[in-house]
Amino acid sequence: MSEPITSVADNILNVENIRKDFPVLTQIVRGKPLIYLDNAATTHKPSSVIERISKFDAEEYGTVRRGAYKLSENATQVYEESRQKVADFMGAEKKGEVVFTSGTTQAINLVAHSFGKRFVNAGDEIIISNIEHHANTVPWQVLCEERGAKLKVIPVNDAGELMIEEYEKLLSSKTRMVAINHVSNALGTINPIKEIIEKAHAVGAKVLVDGAQSIPHMKVDVQDIDCDFYTFSGHKMYAPSGIGGVYGKMDLWEELPPYVTGGDMIMQVTLEKTTYAKPPARFEAGTPPITQVIGLGAAIDYLNAIGLDKIADYENTLLEYGTRLFNEIEGVRIIGNAHHKASIISFYIEAAHPHDVVTLLDQDGISCRGGHHCAQPTMIRYGVPATTRASMAFYNKPEELDALAESVKKCIRFFSA
Amino acid sequence: MSYDNELYQQVILDHNRKPRNFHVIDNASHNCHGVNPLCGDDITVYLNVDEQAGKIDEVSFQGSGCAICKASSSLMTAFLKGKSVEDARQIKDEFHKMILGEMDPEKDEHHLGKLTLFMGIREYPSRTKCASLAWHTLVGALDKKFDGISTE
Repeated sequence: MSEPITSVADNILNVENIRKDFPVLTQIVRGKPLIYLDNAATTHKPSSVIERISKFDAEEYGTVRRGAYKLSENATQVYEESRQKVADFMGAEKKGEVVFTSGTTQAINLVAHSFGKRFVNAGDEIIISNIEHHANTVPWQVLCEERGAKLKVIPVNDAGELMIEEYEKLLSSKTRMVAINHVSNALGTINPIKEIIEKAHAVGAKVLVDGAQSIPHMKVDVQDIDCDFYTFSGHKMYAPSGIGGVYGKMDLWEELPPYVTGGDMIMQVTLEKTTYAKPPARFEAGTPPITQVIGLGAAIDYLNAIGLDKIADYENTLLEYGTRLFNEIEGVRIIGNAHHKASIISFYIEAAHPHDVVTLLDQDGISCRGGHHCAQPTMIRYGVPATTRASMAFYNKPEELDALAESVKKCIRFFSA
Repeated sequence: MSYDNELYQQVILDHNRKPRNFHVIDNASHNCHGVNPLCGDDITVYLNVDEQAGKIDEVSFQGSGCAICKASSSLMTAFLKGKSVEDARQIKDEFHKMILGEMDPEKDEHHLGKLTLFMGIREYPSRTKCASLAWHTLVGALDKKFDGISTE
């Protein structure tokens, strides 16, 4: 059964060669070779990223944008080169449209705070969906509470797809912001964001796209989709944790007040008044995570060398293969069967709670996530307390999905005995 | 086919499938709602306490959770029926120390009886809250914590 898919996958990219780039994949876990399937939570780093970070810290590290000496000037240069790499990777028009943050969570909080302060007033409306991560839910709830605005929610169908006709009904001249993920972390649904953005713009609303789950797995072009903000996390794209960011249209950034204030985000400070720096510096107070930014640049180099189109194709073959395997297992229900899906399989077993499932999978060396995936409203919508989630990356092999399926069957037998 | 671990022993699996004292006690003298916010385990513990004798006459639970949570709740209720409130509190402390690996029931003195079944949890730090939720909720009930208990 695995022959055809393996050869299809092999034609797209040579996974055995790719795996040699990721030192962690040779680890032995609880006596078994590691099968890492929690890539939607965090991804591992290729040697090129690990070596770049190490070399930077050993030979090149210095503060950025403030030191008038060689080490700092060089560090500033490679730091800004990383920003350019991110801008190019996302298809941004200008480098300065990319603001670094600690990750997607902080990025969304930044936009909710700064955009909200400038543009959201009592009676206005914000739209999210029923399948958002808590990071794209709670900041908007808080904002609505603070500003007297109203939060509206796009419902989803049983397959896990947004109900666009319902979305259209929610849109009005009161809508200030539509905040939506590109790919759902809990279900894997790929949302039709270009269409969503077009409809939002038609009523004058802005759109933030939570790209944490999409940017490592598919080609993203922020100008083509015409989003106003697009957020991402480094640690989900083979880069270090603690770094991420948000793309925003420059004319919008220029209108927004800062979120975090302090050093390096100012034009001039007197004891009476402070004027702020231009974007992106206005939104990057304090010393940034310098080494992590360099690591992010190296991760983008690595992804570009393989090619996002190849990555998306390969991961899609993994998804199709895994879905077929899971559909053949009695007692397993896949939660999220959207027509357009990223390489995430979220499933529920009647016989066993997801936390017991992941503990038993771990006995077989398999790392999966069991829980609500920081998407409790999604779990409630599908009537499950939690799911087990296998999320694939391009370093996973079809054989690993065979092992996962066998381990799931074993787990079902164990709890049904 | 089998798993090489001490976590899911037959008794635990049995209590997961057929939890004992799995019902509401109407007009219970004490009750408390407990949740593990990170994983969603959600139970309520009910008690009828004879205040004069300081004795637990009845104890039960309801709710949903993983096998460890349900089995731990079930075994707790079976174990505590007829015990004194004072003993229950001490057993809770001992149980908690055991699952954190701070007390070794094979070496140290204890009053845990067959609750030592849960000793294997100490190898799985991410699962200790599954086993301890029932006990925290029990103490919450005894202390009349009307807002409920959260392990976070």
